[in-house]
Amino acid sequence: MAFQSAEHAKAYWRENLSLMLKLLVVWFVVSYGFGILLVDVLNQITFFGFKLGFWFAQQGSILTFVALIFIYVKRMAALDNKYQVHED
Amino acid sequence: MAGIIAFAGYDGSVYLMGWTGGYVLLALCLAPYLRKFGKFTVPDFVGDRYYSQLARTIAVICAIVVSFTYIAGQMRGVGVVFSRFLEVDIATGVIIGMVIVFFYTVLGGMKGITYTQVAQYCVLAFAYIVPAIFISLLMTDHFLPQTGFGATVTDGSGQFLLERLDGLSQELGFAAYTEGARSKIDVFFITCALMVGTAGLPHVIVRFFTVPKVRDARRSAGWALLFISVVYLTAPAIAAFSKVNLFNTINGPEMTGVEYSQAPDWVKNWEKTGLIKWEDKNGDGKMFYSGDDRNEMTIDRDIMVLANPEIASLPAWVVALVAAGGIAAALSTSAGLLLVISTSVSHDLLKRTLMPNISDKQELFYARLAAAVAIVLSGYFGVNPPGFVAQVVAFAFGLAAASFFPAIILGIFHKRMNRAGAIAGMVVGITFTFAYIVYFKFISPELNTPDHWILGVSPEGIGTLGMILNFVVAFAVHKMTGDAPEDIQELVESIRYPKGAGVAHDH
Repeated sequence: MAFQSAEHAKAYWRENLSLMLKLLVVWFVVSYGFGILLVDVLNQITFFGFKLGFWFAQQGSILTFVALIFIYVKRMAALDNKYQVHED
Repeated sequence: MAGIIAFAGYDGSVYLMGWTGGYVLLALCLAPYLRKFGKFTVPDFVGDRYYSQLARTIAVICAIVVSFTYIAGQMRGVGVVFSRFLEVDIATGVIIGMVIVFFYTVLGGMKGITYTQVAQYCVLAFAYIVPAIFISLLMTDHFLPQTGFGATVTDGSGQFLLERLDGLSQELGFAAYTEGARSKIDVFFITCALMVGTAGLPHVIVRFFTVPKVRDARRSAGWALLFISVVYLTAPAIAAFSKVNLFNTINGPEMTGVEYSQAPDWVKNWEKTGLIKWEDKNGDGKMFYSGDDRNEMTIDRDIMVLANPEIASLPAWVVALVAAGGIAAALSTSAGLLLVISTSVSHDLLKRTLMPNISDKQELFYARLAAAVAIVLSGYFGVNPPGFVAQVVAFAFGLAAASFFPAIILGIFHKRMNRAGAIAGMVVGITFTFAYIVYFKFISPELNTPDHWILGVSPEGIGTLGMILNFVVAFAVHKMTGDAPEDIQELVESIRYPKGAGVAHDH
């Protein structure tokens, strides 16, 4: 086993899952939440000439997605180092 | 792609969010683990993880169905480009496209495709963005199309572009551009099917198997999304511009119609392809485009991207650039998919299951035969499309969502999931989704309205329901049949951390 102990293996996986779930919550809220479910409410607000809900559906969500992946890459690299399971 | 957004307005967002959001799922839930697993194809993962030839074969069949549906959509796109520039009708255009794609794939092979893809992507992005910048400057004085389509129009009225577009759309009997006509649940389901489908598409996943490290697999999903987001952020801007231009050039600035004898060149050019038709219903000699019974124009949605620079009267070289970009995009995607089909048939299906004794030469022959058959069939659907390009492609994503995605996710995150559960789930998921699409698109197209849909979900979004069914069935069957063997559970443990990932190996 690559981990120092079974506890480490469990803890690593737990932290991994919690990071993943947090990011997926953001992913869900921005796209499905702002872009679809709440779109009518947000469309009451004008944002630089866009209706805000429409902007989230066609621009904001995509920008958020890019940010999410890079945050994940960075945090996972840190996690791999913490538990000594990174590649050489 | 901008074509569908232009016609669909807000409803087009499902494609934008769907095709980009899937990369988040891919990076967070699939890519690193599949890379650590270290095989090249999805059927290999499914077959090994579920210790079953049957599971592998089902995954192969799903891969073929998904890729084939996708190619059928691409062929239509290629056909549109050729028919416009050779000024032939769409059927001839599709056939020319088929021949080119066939030689390109069969003679090129896998390596060629991976290398040229980067170059093609650059051509595509360039071809997409240059005209968008021109049009944005022309219409709103904004250099960035992304801010331009939220800006005010330059004719001095001080009106916002999107406001004008909503007004025009409603005046002409369409739904308001920024609001859309689909029900909320349908939008939700389609977006979900597309996102999950992106993460489950065999030819997309394969890209992440071949990077050197697990860390690279995570990172390369990020870079891939960054690149495509450049195009996807521009698309809605192009869509809004082209819709305003379309209304203005066909209906005239006064919205009363333009004399047919003075129709702009692009209308005449596209008429030769049969993708634009004008029928003078009220006999006034003027063209009129609307969403109600005053309408006299039939405009194929698939031409919008290509026609857009012409409609905006941009110079000929910009038009040519867009065409080059379109061909590059369609060629590389179709070639990648054809490879999935031909290797699935020759390697996974024939060599590994049906005819283990065939020689390499025979294997190659069957691979080429499979590619040829796939091209001819998809060419047929390119000439007689069951929907426009993006819609057909959406079916492919729905099928991928309903078949692979749950099997892969459960394979990684549920280590006790067993063979029977995964197989039952995949079979139920893809059969249900496939039957639903075929029923509403081919058997009873006249019933294809929200009243007849299950829960009001259109065939484009049904993959989401298929995916849920897949999960439910997999869990139920797993409950009844017991856990996966110990050695498989250990294998799953070992793909959950990066250390020790070797070079990705072939079979």
